[in-house]
Amino acid sequence: MKVHEYQAKELFRKNGVAVPDGHVAFTVDEAETAAKKLGSYPVVVKAQIHAGGRGLGGGVKVAKTAQEFKEYASSILGMNLVTKQTGPEGKKVKKLLIEQGLNIAKELYLSILPDRATAKMIIMASEAGGMDIEDVAEKTPEKIIKVYVDPNVGIQGYHLRAAAFGLNMPKETMKPFTVLLKNLFNLAVKYDCSLVEINPLIITAENDVIALDGKMDFDDNALYRHPDVQAYRDLDEEDPTEVEAGSHGLNYIHLGEGGNVGNMVNGAGLAMATMDCIKYAGGKPVNFLDVGGGASAEQIENGFRILQSDENVKAILINIFGGILRCDRLANGVVQAAEKVGMRVPVIIRMEGTNLAEGRKILADSGLDLINAKDLKDAAEKLKEAIQ
Amino acid sequence: MSIFVNKETKLLVQGITGKEGQFHTRACVEYGTQVVAGVTPGKGGQKMDEVPVFNTVADAVNIAGANASMIFVPPPFAADAIMEAADAEVPLIVCITEGIPVMDMMKVKNYLKDKPVRLIGPNCPGIITPEECKIGIMPGVIHKAGKIGVVSRSGTLTYEAVHALTTTGLGQTTCIGIGGDPVNGTNFIDCLERFQADDATEGIVMIGEIGGDAEEKAAEYIKANVTKPVVGFIAGLTAPPGRRMGHAGAIISGSSGTGQSKVAAMKANGIHVCENLAYLSDVCAETFG
Repeated sequence: MKVHEYQAKELFRKNGVAVPDGHVAFTVDEAETAAKKLGSYPVVVKAQIHAGGRGLGGGVKVAKTAQEFKEYASSILGMNLVTKQTGPEGKKVKKLLIEQGLNIAKELYLSILPDRATAKMIIMASEAGGMDIEDVAEKTPEKIIKVYVDPNVGIQGYHLRAAAFGLNMPKETMKPFTVLLKNLFNLAVKYDCSLVEINPLIITAENDVIALDGKMDFDDNALYRHPDVQAYRDLDEEDPTEVEAGSHGLNYIHLGEGGNVGNMVNGAGLAMATMDCIKYAGGKPVNFLDVGGGASAEQIENGFRILQSDENVKAILINIFGGILRCDRLANGVVQAAEKVGMRVPVIIRMEGTNLAEGRKILADSGLDLINAKDLKDAAEKLKEAIQ
Repeated sequence: MSIFVNKETKLLVQGITGKEGQFHTRACVEYGTQVVAGVTPGKGGQKMDEVPVFNTVADAVNIAGANASMIFVPPPFAADAIMEAADAEVPLIVCITEGIPVMDMMKVKNYLKDKPVRLIGPNCPGIITPEECKIGIMPGVIHKAGKIGVVSRSGTLTYEAVHALTTTGLGQTTCIGIGGDPVNGTNFIDCLERFQADDATEGIVMIGEIGGDAEEKAAEYIKANVTKPVVGFIAGLTAPPGRRMGHAGAIISGSSGTGQSKVAAMKANGIHVCENLAYLSDVCAETFG
């Protein structure tokens, strides 16, 4: 789960990670109130959307006067911000973070995340701050310092020193930097973060060490134990079909425009492989949908309805390998769904596994125009015909 | 022959009295697995069908002689269940649970390092040596004792491979689901090593997916250490970056973990790659036939 910069900074603030003075604003009036609270210029106006690259996209502006501030706040709030990460359709800006402008002497990069290969937490830091870290990693990997921390041991002084000396932190900044890093690490672990990233982390002309930007991603599997993070969820940032599917307990991902084949599968690996099959058959998958082993008739019906609701969908492929989810149960679910929701497009079903014969009989006896495929090759052929 | 499990394996089930635990214990018993004990704290002394239930894993090991565990404990308590089994030195721990927080699994993995135990999973369908021992949720009926080892990150996608091997007459020696989580107990290389050493295994099917670099590492390992033919399959060639595709570990981060990089690594290291699942039977028949 992702959150906005202002929410990440709220958590930073509460947990001893220094951030600039700032306030979130949902209207231009609130923005002006925030600027007044800060008291002096420059004041930075920052669009709050989940995607990165906001600065380059024109969503971050430094105002030197009240006049400039009002202009920026009015133009950024409500703008459709297009960045490298939003895709060409962009994202509507509905909130701003109004922050005190600071005297930046140096920009650094700092992130913390679980490293799956070593099962340790990894701290990544670089003097190449304020840049695209993927570029740095590709072109000048030696500029990235990595410090591994055993989560059962926790962060120690030597970890902090390795990072600080590796970054050539000036003597006067060693203390604030190590305090910030220690608190950031403990925050990342406490909140089950899949990523905490500060880019840039700045050293000010006054030798303060401050998180100028803040990003926190949270492990979805751990949200059950973080109700305060759950409260940060912003439905505006999520695909409406996915939100709806989620409310029915469906593991559904909308793949974006241009897809013409809907699909419903049991099991994430098989679902991904089915999407690939669709592509080989000349179609374009519109979604990922894993109904899992415990899919109820209601879930199958809702999945079916959601798949058909996309006008671009020209065919639906249902691919089920019945293990726990039995073929007869699925067949009943599909028949019920088709009868309730109707069939706008051809529906191809390929089943295998537990109770296959019973399942096939239910489909055959239903009187519905469902296309039965005897195996995946057959399903691909029938799909090709259906999307001509 | 087989790897990790066979007809001598004595299984205990953690979470045996829960809905999932009961259902799958019965299925394993029906398949022929020796289920000697269950563990549900507070229900020690009871029975689930003919299986005695204990309060602790240590009791199940000491009193019932269990040497493997299958875990059906919900995510908030699963890490604890794994650690309890490790502390009791259960040599093989198979954790089916999906949804364990990554931070918990990192702690578990580091805890297990100096213990004489092997963890398979979590978020996996389990492990089966056909006609001898089933530890997990896979449909036993699609398997057939034979000569190909299967190792996979997936559940139902594994069943597709098993089905392909059964219908082509090749059968399986042992099938291991290593699971879809980013931090797991057993990885491809652990299984490949055992398959190479197992006389009955004549070939190997390896099923991966997007996310991480386990397949790339495995491909290099195969080139250097595995003489038996390997068929590889990667799910998620059409997956978009940055999205978690069902499995917690199935996520392309930036440019790493793509399906294309895994397929390339496999091809470069002599693995016979099947790119379209519809043709998996054909590729297996050609490679192993």
